[in-house]
Amino acid sequence: MRRLKVLKNLITDSLDITTQGSKRYHLWMGFLTFVMLAGMYCYAQQIEHGLSVTGMTDRVSWGLYISNFTFLVGVAAAAVMLVMPTYVLKDIDFKQAVLIGEGLAVAALLMCLAFVVADMGGPSVLWHMIPVVGVFNFPNSMLTWDVIVLNGYLFINITIPFYILFTRYQGKVPNPKVYIPGAILSVFWAVGIHLVTAFLYQGLQARPFWNNALLGPRFLASAFAAGPALIILVLAVIRAYTAFKIEDKTIKKIATIVTVAAQINLIMLVSELFKEFYAPTHHSESAYYLFFGLHGKDALLPWIWTAIPLNVLATILLTFGKLRNNLKVLYFCCFILFVAIWIEKGFGLIVPGFIPGPYGKIAEYTPTGIEIGVTLGIWAMGAFIFTILAKTAIRIETGKLRFKK
Amino acid sequence: MSDNNKWYSLNLGTLKKKSSCSCNSSSGGCSNHSKEKVEDNTTIPDGEHKDGFDQVFDVQMGRRTAFKKLTASLLIGAGAVSSSCSVIADEESKEKAQIDWDEQFKGNYKLMTDGEKKATVDRLVRSYQLRTGKTINMTSENAQEDVLFGYAFNISKCQGYMDCVNACVEENNQDRNSQMQYIRIHEMKDGKGFNFNEADDNYYHEVPAEGHFYMGTQCFHCDNPPCVEVCPVQATWREEDGLVVVDYDWCVGCRYCMAACPYDGRRFNWSAPEVPENEINKNQHYLGNRMRKKGVMEKCTFCVQRSRKGQNPACVEACPTGARIFGNLLDPNSTIRWVLENKKVFRLKEDLGTEPKFWYFMD
Repeated sequence: MRRLKVLKNLITDSLDITTQGSKRYHLWMGFLTFVMLAGMYCYAQQIEHGLSVTGMTDRVSWGLYISNFTFLVGVAAAAVMLVMPTYVLKDIDFKQAVLIGEGLAVAALLMCLAFVVADMGGPSVLWHMIPVVGVFNFPNSMLTWDVIVLNGYLFINITIPFYILFTRYQGKVPNPKVYIPGAILSVFWAVGIHLVTAFLYQGLQARPFWNNALLGPRFLASAFAAGPALIILVLAVIRAYTAFKIEDKTIKKIATIVTVAAQINLIMLVSELFKEFYAPTHHSESAYYLFFGLHGKDALLPWIWTAIPLNVLATILLTFGKLRNNLKVLYFCCFILFVAIWIEKGFGLIVPGFIPGPYGKIAEYTPTGIEIGVTLGIWAMGAFIFTILAKTAIRIETGKLRFKK
Repeated sequence: MSDNNKWYSLNLGTLKKKSSCSCNSSSGGCSNHSKEKVEDNTTIPDGEHKDGFDQVFDVQMGRRTAFKKLTASLLIGAGAVSSSCSVIADEESKEKAQIDWDEQFKGNYKLMTDGEKKATVDRLVRSYQLRTGKTINMTSENAQEDVLFGYAFNISKCQGYMDCVNACVEENNQDRNSQMQYIRIHEMKDGKGFNFNEADDNYYHEVPAEGHFYMGTQCFHCDNPPCVEVCPVQATWREEDGLVVVDYDWCVGCRYCMAACPYDGRRFNWSAPEVPENEINKNQHYLGNRMRKKGVMEKCTFCVQRSRKGQNPACVEACPTGARIFGNLLDPNSTIRWVLENKKVFRLKEDLGTEPKFWYFMD
């Protein structure tokens, strides 16, 4: 009974917090709401007229939505890179960052689910996919694995921070015996969500561009570069605008993770390029299309030739400790690395999988305005959710928000 | 409806169906039945469609009681079926709403009993009648025993006339707006071998073009179909007679099967498909050429509505050169067996292990 009362108070308190704030905060939230509404308008158009309002066709049947989905699974998985040192290895430095990381994971997962739903042709019959209620093609379909691991990860990443914040809110100290097992589970689970998502593509013998054994490991490497890079940027913003104290040491430790992951990612990229271009086969055509264009069709060239130099530049800069430890350089590197991996793992991975088609047909894909609108709306939704979560969490962590009896 | 359903079912209106008339008979006899019969005479031509008529009957019997619940839940549930929200709506729109409700929450066709298959087919026929006033003929015929369909394509004979493509579109009620076609004819240059990369599958000139040969592709109805494995909801499967089919009403439209198909055999309804009323082929099969909706997959079914009746698919029948051969692989006297035994046949992308039931050969 008492717990219920505390919960009620927590909810009303967090509502208070999230609806009050500086002018800048209100402007930010107002802006996000506007973008979300615009996205909803675009989605309404899509519901009305079908997926024909997108740039997707029978030839390129997955586009911007699935690209963003794939990338965001990586961002969500990256939260583990902070969870492990904090809870399992008991490295206290990360403690402040980890709640932010988990909040980011929750926001990223909700965006993932939103992107998948936006991509569905029949959202009204999505209940067919609910286990027991519908018909769940488990274990044959990797998509059903993905449904399980994503929702499971979402559950873990909501419950652990909730338990910690809930006990903190009452002025108590969280019991490690309760949250450590969950934290350890989440470490394995995070690797799982990303491998399963990679297997979604890797298991298709019809698409040689995806059907290679390096796809899964490369997903992990790029995720552990892009995810913590985003966390560094978010921490930088939080440090500048809130009372939440994050030491330089924490950010620099995360920067080391980003660096190592980015280096491994680059090695794998070189390995992939070597395989595709040293002895090109019929199966290298997608890579040719991506990097050089085929038969005058070259829509992806500007994208990939933005991504590769940014990726290389960021990795080189990060490799030098002196540059990495300069926070301004670090933020810049994190930003360009994030953009580079978003392109590489989104557009640069999904679209060329379909080009050339099974019989060599080259039909290009360009997203439409409506598709971009929905995408921006979902990103705004993610930012909105994260802002709310972070604001409440920071208030509780800094001790400003406590349960009053 | 059986009790051991593998899916969630509301069972609205089916519980009382049997007992709502005291005579316990579903076809005439007591005064209740005959009264309803008179009502229905206005919409259904008498006599000819006995089966559909009986089914309409069944629906109406349970409706009285079902509707009290239904209207209430829909009023709360906010306009899933807008017409039924009106308590004063006429009988027809109520029936339409009941059908829409049942269709929305029905199960996967693959797991249905024969009775359930027939029930959904009857609902669809009735729904079409209520909406357009026209009667269609739809079946839920199952695969026959000792039948495994196979297809052979004679590359030497095909001249690229595309009569097969047109026949297929007309037979299978494909969307005219997006010009959806299950069959693609690839025009290849002589002397280059089977070079799909340089082939043109979208030509608009007189055929046969000098120095070219033609090769058709469509769904190959693989014995080990990757598209079936990846479907998260088992909305597509391989039937006993080898046909790979889709339950359009169970498909959630994720297009994973499309990405998994190595043969470009699947098509998606990016917008609501449209076929002019006078061009609709009214001889339909639930798994075949019945009308689709937006946001679902569809594909070649070897014209299941024809092949299970012992006819050739429309493409085979339409081909003016005799390049297409279709038949039962388990029948030793069939033409397809003769081709497989006497010609040097090959299949596309055999290295993928998909085991297509579609062979190519040359004279």
